[in-house]
Amino acid sequence: MRNLFKLTFFFILVSSLSFSKIHAAGEQNDLLEVDWSFKSFFGKFDRASLQRGYQVYAEVCASCHSLKHLSYRNLAEKGGPEFTELEAKAIASNFEVTDGPNSDGEMFERPAKLSDKFVMPYANVQEAIAANGGAYPPDMSVLVKARGGGANYIYSVLMGYDEPPAGMELDDGVYYNKYMYGNKIKMASPLDDDIVEYSDGTKATVDQMAKDVTTFLQWTAEPHLEARHKLGFRVIIYLSVLTILVYFSMKKIWSRIETKV
Amino acid sequence: MSDHEYTPKSKVGKWFNDRLPLLTLANHLTDYPTPKNLNYWWTFGGILTFCLITQIITGIVLGMHYVAHADLAFQSVEHIMRDVNYGWLIRYVHANGASMFFLAVYIHIFRSLYYGSYKSPREVIWIIGMLIYFLMMATAFMGYVLPWGQMSFWGATVITNLFSAIPLVGESITNWLWGGYSVDNPTLTRFFSLHYLFPFLILGLVVLHIWALHVPGNNNPIGIDIKKPSKDTVPFHPYIVIKDAFALLIFLLIFAFFVFFSPNILGHADNYIEANPLVTPAHIVPEWYLLPFYAILRSVPDKLLGVIAMFAAIFVLVILPWLDTSKVRSTVFRPIYKQFYWFLVADVLILGYVGAMPAEGIYLLIARVATAYYFAHFLLILPFLGFKEKTTPLPLSITEPILGGSPDMAMARDNSNYKEKL
Repeated sequence: MRNLFKLTFFFILVSSLSFSKIHAAGEQNDLLEVDWSFKSFFGKFDRASLQRGYQVYAEVCASCHSLKHLSYRNLAEKGGPEFTELEAKAIASNFEVTDGPNSDGEMFERPAKLSDKFVMPYANVQEAIAANGGAYPPDMSVLVKARGGGANYIYSVLMGYDEPPAGMELDDGVYYNKYMYGNKIKMASPLDDDIVEYSDGTKATVDQMAKDVTTFLQWTAEPHLEARHKLGFRVIIYLSVLTILVYFSMKKIWSRIETKV
Repeated sequence: MSDHEYTPKSKVGKWFNDRLPLLTLANHLTDYPTPKNLNYWWTFGGILTFCLITQIITGIVLGMHYVAHADLAFQSVEHIMRDVNYGWLIRYVHANGASMFFLAVYIHIFRSLYYGSYKSPREVIWIIGMLIYFLMMATAFMGYVLPWGQMSFWGATVITNLFSAIPLVGESITNWLWGGYSVDNPTLTRFFSLHYLFPFLILGLVVLHIWALHVPGNNNPIGIDIKKPSKDTVPFHPYIVIKDAFALLIFLLIFAFFVFFSPNILGHADNYIEANPLVTPAHIVPEWYLLPFYAILRSVPDKLLGVIAMFAAIFVLVILPWLDTSKVRSTVFRPIYKQFYWFLVADVLILGYVGAMPAEGIYLLIARVATAYYFAHFLLILPFLGFKEKTTPLPLSITEPILGGSPDMAMARDNSNYKEKL
């Protein structure tokens, strides 16, 4: 019993320490919190939101940000936006990739196939930096996992564009953002109302697009999230049942001797 | 122990056992007399063995898909996460498994500190354990470098740079470790090679650790020597096996929770950014289990002395059996040491906390006080306490802790009961 008390005490101590740490990290502005559908134990992606999110990525982000770890086939895979194979093929065929060498020893251009990786907007990092005023637009494949705060952080930055506070001088091509580390960002606010036209009739507000594209980026960062949650639930159930069985077996075995277990 | 009397029943068994006594070994392991009052803190030995095997198996599979090259490592990890069948599961088990391994080893070490399991005649078990712990830290550190993210790269840079503090030959040693003039591809490939090797060294040491344990037998919560076998002991199988299995399952539930529902919470977000030698992260922090040593390192203003302090923090643990002068093993009978024990636990937790904070202002001050206390505990308090402390009377055996009383620990602890009976 006393051990239990001590354990509880240290658990509280450790968790309060880690809480204060998280709090100290977010000292600029507390991130906007969204009740994401993929959070929680049974969290799943909102399929329609993923498809809309891909549209926002393709029409707005893709001109600067790559998704180099993804292939076009991923768009049709289970647990993702789940475009039909035909749709995914159609999306891929909009892009040109270099293939070869052919039998004449020459490289050639062809439309992308499902098996190809997402085509990058720039040939290399240097070109990307040169085209963006000296700032490299990061690859977005695992961006959600690469930022403390995760999806909330990405959403907050997209929503965080504002007039700079009085007295803050901004250079040309630098914008104020409430949630960006250091509050300065070299990307102009990417979203405006109705900048894309959703085919499912959803109204393309900045908030809606920010949520959709963040959901999409959560999927690109963690494409097996749904499978993970599903398997995790089964594993926990299995282990719980086994634990109970083993507990009673243990009680039974130890009852042969006069010692508590 | 009845090892010598064992003869297999079948003829084939006897024939084989005469040539290689594996069956005798198996018999020894099943019959191994174990104190019957072992509490759940004693289940972590089995849990740790499970952790090591899990890390080795998942690691071997990851090694089949991972590419140890500065330009391809990050990409190959993403390949594992996306395209390899259940690659995400294997990698998350391996990454979180390292954390769970350290969680278990810290509990195991602190259990040993509480019940005096490092004292005579178990010093060699303890020293082998410390070697395992040291190798574990080296292995975990090198493993963290392999995904070649920002924290991998900069963590490797910070830690390998420590060796440059050695006078005269420091720089040569650092360059030798790197295989060049900075952390780069040769560093990554050798870290991969050693990361693959070390777990097998650990496995070998674990065998020695258990072998050394089976010579004197287990310590126990009361910390007294017991007769083996006797009514104080139970055979390892099935009593301890089933209890270890139960504890392991509880441990696995926590493990599974991390793997399936919070797989990245113990890592650092920056490690999902590809390594970039031109961009330094705002705060370079090691994994949580190395933070206390990181705090000790940074609390000393001089680089060389800081490195010495960090290694000394581990070395004082190695010589602990001779620093603790008390003959009484279990803290149950050491009322003053018990207070200091919990101070030490708090001190290590505080060191871990300030290790995660920037080394400035109040954090640096706390780190210095906590570091000083850490060394004071082992070098001043423990040797002194052994002579001065008045310990409470020890029971005669586990079954008769208070001259024929109950085997209940709570009663063993309550020495007023003992006095009355006298």
